[in-house]
Amino acid sequence: MWKWLHPYAKTEKVYGLCQTLLPWFALPALLCLTTGLIWGLAFAPADYQQGDAARIMYIHVPSAILSMSTYAAMAIAALVGMVWQIRTADMAVAAIAPVGAIMTFIALFTGAVWGKPMWGTWWVWDARLTSELILLFMYLGVMALYHAFDDKQQGAKAAGVLALVGVINLPIIHYSVEWWNTLHQGASLMKLGKPSIEADMLWPLLLSLLGFVLTIATLVMLTLQNEIIRRELHRPWVQKLAQGKS
Amino acid sequence: MVMQQLSAIFKRDMLLAFRQRSELLQPILFFVLVIALFPLGVGPGPELLQKMGAGVIWIATLLSALLGLERLFRDDFADGSLEQQMLSDCPLSLYALIKMFSHWLVSIVPVLVVSPLLAVFLNLTVDMYWALVLTLLIGSPLLSLIGGIGVALTVGLRKGGVLLSLLLLPLFVPLLIFATAAVDAAALQLPNTGQLALLAALLLLALGLAPLATAYALKVSQS
Repeated sequence: MWKWLHPYAKTEKVYGLCQTLLPWFALPALLCLTTGLIWGLAFAPADYQQGDAARIMYIHVPSAILSMSTYAAMAIAALVGMVWQIRTADMAVAAIAPVGAIMTFIALFTGAVWGKPMWGTWWVWDARLTSELILLFMYLGVMALYHAFDDKQQGAKAAGVLALVGVINLPIIHYSVEWWNTLHQGASLMKLGKPSIEADMLWPLLLSLLGFVLTIATLVMLTLQNEIIRRELHRPWVQKLAQGKS
Repeated sequence: MVMQQLSAIFKRDMLLAFRQRSELLQPILFFVLVIALFPLGVGPGPELLQKMGAGVIWIATLLSALLGLERLFRDDFADGSLEQQMLSDCPLSLYALIKMFSHWLVSIVPVLVVSPLLAVFLNLTVDMYWALVLTLLIGSPLLSLIGGIGVALTVGLRKGGVLLSLLLLPLFVPLLIFATAAVDAAALQLPNTGQLALLAALLLLALGLAPLATAYALKVSQS
């Protein structure tokens, strides 16, 4: 049943797969992101309480949601790499980490910019902010561990172990800081039942969320391709590729 | 057979630790010094110190545990006995567990011993002091257990020291929060069994999973 997956343990196959999928993700990403953001930032109604400042949510909310999901994706890749000893999955861990770190940084930065007019401060030690900050540190830890090894294959495995330890710890951190202190507003999109947000604002938000998903996928594929090329420089197919393109 | 091997490892670790008494004392001195810095840094007001006391002691415990952690597998890795250990029929996870346990005994239990002194330094009440001792008893083995995974991952690296703290400190956040919450509840005369139970749950979880993760990480580092 899973046999069709086996060829993808080879780096050449994965590189080819990324190459074919890339346009199918990159173009819709550009389309969704531009329409979603222009719709949200220029045409959607302003918030009745927070005014135009709330428009930053069209960037803040998708990046915050996806910073967590990206970590989950990285952990799944790490698990696949660990259980089935698939090298390309370990490479994917190394490729996903920087993208996730950037998403987390965007969420933190836009959150601070949003917090200044609304809460009157750039930063509070609130549950969500703290757990997002720690998430950033976990991404940075995975990246630092990966780059500390001279042998990248060993480094990718070690980074995978750390990512998996982190995934057990993430919910614990999340709930510990939640019980500890909280100021951030509750979830209005990711909850059971009807979302508590007006349809005029929901649609651009969902569109930019989709745009962010596709952008992340595109970026991950590009970094994965780079990673493969960098680590497989000595292979004939990479050398052929380099000669053919240049 | 396995038990014999494990007790031999344990005995050797204890012997090595007590032969180098100065190294044994250094983490405690570091711990006391860090605590002594806080009243100098933030001012000696008794109320302020009492409020910060539990957090300060826990942070100092984290830092001094990190100092000792670095040595956990380093010598065994350097002289090749770790490799021998992998070849033997003794499960690597049990070996890791024993090493973590001896780390806990050598570098964290002394902290518990000097803790009455610190309670005086930081003006803790009797209730807070007992809550603190309980959280240290339940929570501090977690430092060795989770720390062991990080050490196993970085043992093969030449410049592992700072990286180790970078990897481990985010993972210690829940521990710090629950432990200080338990002491704060005790300070207000509130029941703190909930926080203690959570700490104990974390300890059990780590006790089950950390040795396995450490064993895998050691194999990755050794390869």
